[in-house]
Amino acid sequence: MFGTGILKGLYITAKNLVGSYHDPERLTTEQYPEERPKLPENFRSFPFLVFDGENAIDGLRCTACKMCEKECPPQCIYIVADRDENGKLMKRPKVFDIDISVCMGCQICAEVCPFESIKMDHHFEVATDNRFEKLLLHREDLAKPNSYYHSIRPTEAAAVDAQLAEEKRKAEERAAARAATAKPVPATPPSNPPAA
Amino acid sequence: MKPCALAGFASEAPTFSSLEALPGDLSDWLVSFLPDIEWLRWLTASLLAIVLILTVFGLTFAMLTVTERKLLGRFQNRYGPNRVRVFGIRVFGFFQPFADAVKALTKEDIVPAAADKVLHLLAPVCLVAFSLLGFAVLPYGREMTLLGNLDAALLFFFAATSASELAIFMAGWSSRNKYALLSAMRALAQLISYELPLLLVAVPAVMLAGTLSLQGIVLSQADWLGGILPHWNILTPWGFAGALIFYIAALAESNRCPFDLPEGESEIIAGFLTEYSGFKYALFFMGEYFGMAALAGLGVTLFLGGWTAPCEFLQFIPSYLWFYLKLVAVVLSFMWMRATLLRLRMDQLMRLSWKFLVPLALVNLGNAAFWQFSSNWEGAWLAARWAISLAVAIVPFLLLAKTLTAGLGPRQYRYA
Repeated sequence: MFGTGILKGLYITAKNLVGSYHDPERLTTEQYPEERPKLPENFRSFPFLVFDGENAIDGLRCTACKMCEKECPPQCIYIVADRDENGKLMKRPKVFDIDISVCMGCQICAEVCPFESIKMDHHFEVATDNRFEKLLLHREDLAKPNSYYHSIRPTEAAAVDAQLAEEKRKAEERAAARAATAKPVPATPPSNPPAA
Repeated sequence: MKPCALAGFASEAPTFSSLEALPGDLSDWLVSFLPDIEWLRWLTASLLAIVLILTVFGLTFAMLTVTERKLLGRFQNRYGPNRVRVFGIRVFGFFQPFADAVKALTKEDIVPAAADKVLHLLAPVCLVAFSLLGFAVLPYGREMTLLGNLDAALLFFFAATSASELAIFMAGWSSRNKYALLSAMRALAQLISYELPLLLVAVPAVMLAGTLSLQGIVLSQADWLGGILPHWNILTPWGFAGALIFYIAALAESNRCPFDLPEGESEIIAGFLTEYSGFKYALFFMGEYFGMAALAGLGVTLFLGGWTAPCEFLQFIPSYLWFYLKLVAVVLSFMWMRATLLRLRMDQLMRLSWKFLVPLALVNLGNAAFWQFSSNWEGAWLAARWAISLAVAIVPFLLLAKTLTAGLGPRQYRYA
């Protein structure tokens, strides 16, 4: 009959009204500051640098290879490699800055990094009162321990740890093998390894 | 109250609690401090009444805005506003209107360069003023009418409140914005279409009460069948049909969903509100809510017995509280409608009014005339009176609905 559709609609909205009071399942809103969102493991905000051990700067996995700097589409990464007093590269960054006001969170840096050093963070509350200084993160702000990496992405971190351990084992094996083959011919210069 | 006391109360001649005349007595007491000059006392008493109305309906407006937002949220399984706290106290977000007021007051007032500056300023003021005029003639209680028993109260009410559409047109025209102008034209078309059924269903109430005075219309309904069943107009066949038509037309008159075409956020970006900001914008909202409350008050007066209690023994509750309760209930039902129904299209809006509501309102007029004519029928004739009146109310509704909706639905969805 004419008008019954309106009554049906009224019934549905009334059911919502009553239901939302006694059935909290209906309310999908997250009351944000009090209720923290449960982020999925692969959630990503901005990059951070993983370090092993206790010391944040010495333990950095980063070798200042600048691959992430070159790949970064919005060019928000700035790296200066550290050199010793002879001007020899020390395979660690002296300056590692990320301007997260420019970063678009594309994860390309994390994908190209050959040393599993740069990873994507879960931290998203980055609002500050100064976009020029407080959104430019330096080496010290970016360095976070491996345990933190484990806490935000356990699956991926475990895989990375296993892979790193495997690479380390292979490298040791190779070193041992090279040491075994190199002994009889001590005249071979170290910069020219045997054909592998 | 115990049953015996209840029975005793009902059988007595109507004695009303002292609360009934409290506002009047209070006003008289305050005025008695003034020097005994007639015009001064009259002026002060009138101002006091105006201040009372403004305070009560101002606060009602504030609470209605937050209630509407919270209810709309609940109707859609959301929380609605619940964050505002004052001194660390959060009363379910009911401080929201005060935060909104501070925000509206501190925002920049932007006037378009090409706008008609005077009209642009005047439009929100006019809207609030015209909406408030309706409150002057509503009977709030047995002892409470602002303009007393104005003989042409109903006429005054319609004249005053329909002028609010003029203010909307002023806003749309002066903004010099095509969306605003479109919305203003929609508002006028809507006004003309829905003023007619609104007036036509108000006429039967006038016919049966024999007076245009709103207080008189309420008094004509102030009786109970057996002390329980009130003689409200809505409980008669013509009154029920009339109340439904009035309800629809009042929704349209106050530009509420599903008739919020002049606003139409999704089509004409809030229409006449597009070029308004800050406190002028807030004034439009105030005017809209005042207009809605005034129309709801008129509906209560015409069909729901005004300030009369639903049962005789409930008269110990002051009459103005009954009026207020009914008014709030009607406004809450408006919110329920808003949460449920979608906005109509312009042609649907016109068709609903001209082809459906206006003919039904005209039939309803005849029905009310028959009801008045048959008021002295008794016995079997009484049953015939109800049967005929019900038939006259329902049959045209069904016939008209069937012819109007023929071939319109249910819609078959075909995908390419």
